[in-house]
Amino acid sequence: MIEFTDVVKTYTDVGNDALRGVSMQIEDGEFVFLVGPSGSGKSTIIKLITGELQPTSGTVHVNGYSLERIRKREIPYLRRTIGVVFQDFRLIENKTVYENVAFAMRAIGAADNEIHDRVPYILELVGLENKIHRHPNELSGGEQQRLAIARALVNNPSTIIADEPTGNLDPARSLEIMELLQEINKLGTTLLVVTHQMELVEQFGNRVISIDEGLVVSDGMEGYREYEV
Amino acid sequence: MKFNNLGYLMKEGFRGIFLHGFMSFAAVCVTVACLLIVGSFSILMYNVNIMVEDLNKTNEVLVFIDETLPDAEAKSVGTKINQIPNVQNAVFVSREEALKAFVADYQDNEAFSGVQAEDLRHRYVVTLMDNELIKDTVAQLTGIAGVAKISAAFELAEGFTTIQNVLQIASIAIIIVLLMVSLLIISNTVKLAMYDRRDEIAVMKMVGATNGFIRLPFVVEGFTLGMIGAAIAFGLEWLMYDALVLKIGAEDTLKLFSFVPFTELLLPMIVTFVAAGLFVGVVGSWTSIRKFLDV
Ligand SMILES: Nc1ncnc2c1ncn2[C@@H]1O[C@H](COP(=O)(O)OP(=O)(O)OP(=O)(O)O)[C@@H](O)[C@H]1O
Ligand SMILES: [Mg+2]
Repeated sequence: MIEFTDVVKTYTDVGNDALRGVSMQIEDGEFVFLVGPSGSGKSTIIKLITGELQPTSGTVHVNGYSLERIRKREIPYLRRTIGVVFQDFRLIENKTVYENVAFAMRAIGAADNEIHDRVPYILELVGLENKIHRHPNELSGGEQQRLAIARALVNNPSTIIADEPTGNLDPARSLEIMELLQEINKLGTTLLVVTHQMELVEQFGNRVISIDEGLVVSDGMEGYREYEV
Repeated sequence: MKFNNLGYLMKEGFRGIFLHGFMSFAAVCVTVACLLIVGSFSILMYNVNIMVEDLNKTNEVLVFIDETLPDAEAKSVGTKINQIPNVQNAVFVSREEALKAFVADYQDNEAFSGVQAEDLRHRYVVTLMDNELIKDTVAQLTGIAGVAKISAAFELAEGFTTIQNVLQIASIAIIIVLLMVSLLIISNTVKLAMYDRRDEIAVMKMVGATNGFIRLPFVVEGFTLGMIGAAIAFGLEWLMYDALVLKIGAEDTLKLFSFVPFTELLLPMIVTFVAAGLFVGVVGSWTSIRKFLDV
């Protein structure tokens, strides 16, 4: 579960508030879109969830951790409950598809036999089972994003957060990725997806939280507040 | 931690060393040089300490008799020596006996082949009761008529004590500076390895790797560099020491210097080198990782 209560975030070196009192609650198993214009604070919300940033005031609860008072050495364990997917993929170029995914398991101390069992399964889930020996630069943008999703999934997190996962993809590829995320959500994973692509959001009919200038301006299944992109 | 992780960490650590062959080589060289100097100073200090201790333990004083004194009077000086309270006994050694002992010691040495009994003085080997009072006793011995010169080990020891003090200060300063230098070099080598893999580190952080786990391959790398440096330095130190002792032994016919054989220093030397290598390697890599982990 993700719960924000009156969260204010001020980047100290600038002084203006990126978030000005955000409250929201995302239950386990939900699939939520987070939309809002550039600079509205979407990435800031994600960084607060992953423990990269601390709230200036207010409370942030994520999967049983209280982020406003989490200890540094607890953060890795919080992060194991969250899989993160970025717009720019952040793949390791000199590792193959298989190694990129295996690396994420190794990083948290998984045993070799677990890795051997799980990586092929996850790669099949995202449809990359035929490309396991390729390197990221030998993949299309959509395939790279699938790989990034596979890596986020492999440690079986309860929540997946995707920051503009389809920003670099054409509409058809974007739809495929969203459908993949939808499938993953059906397997029981909570999903929070940040996107600019309103036509995608419309096709899915999920809950949409829209924020603007650091405030939640609408939240619900009915739709979202229009904004200029 | 599971066993296969250990294998992985070791592999990653060694990979780093080969990835930056030249930097690793430089780091090892600097470490070797530093440890050699550190080791040499330590050994020198150790030897000087032992010599000073030995010299201070000797409670024998040589009292040389004025050569112009007739033999009979020379012998009577002994009575006066024996009157000094701190003297346990005084054994008369004639210049002929002294020559015999001298020849026995230095028969192989060309430089002393022409020494005659007349070149030497009669002397008393005076054994003291309390070594602490040696200075007072020497002063009293000097006051006796017919005594030409006194040779006491502590005078030599005092010379060594000065060396000892200078050495001590110099070594501590040099050791600190050099350890810092190798620390810096190893730290930079590891930093380079880390910079190379900053993407991997970012991913590891993202998926929830602990800092300790991220660190370990780099610490393994630093540790290995330090240990290789220590091992090479240890071997070189041993060779150099033996060569030096041999050379000094050949020159120093007066046996002014005594050296402990290296084998006797083996354990403390191994401990020192391993500790220094460990310190330099582990601390060097540990500190360099800090800034990469702050995400
Ligand atoms: N590291 C930072 N230091 C100072 N200000 C920042 C920092 N990161 C973000 N901001 C500011 O905080 C506000 C919110 O930024 P954020 O990145 O959360 O926006 P966003 O909604 O993700 O935008 P985009 O859609 O363009 O990614 C912006 O005004 C931005 O300039
Ligand atoms: Mg953003």
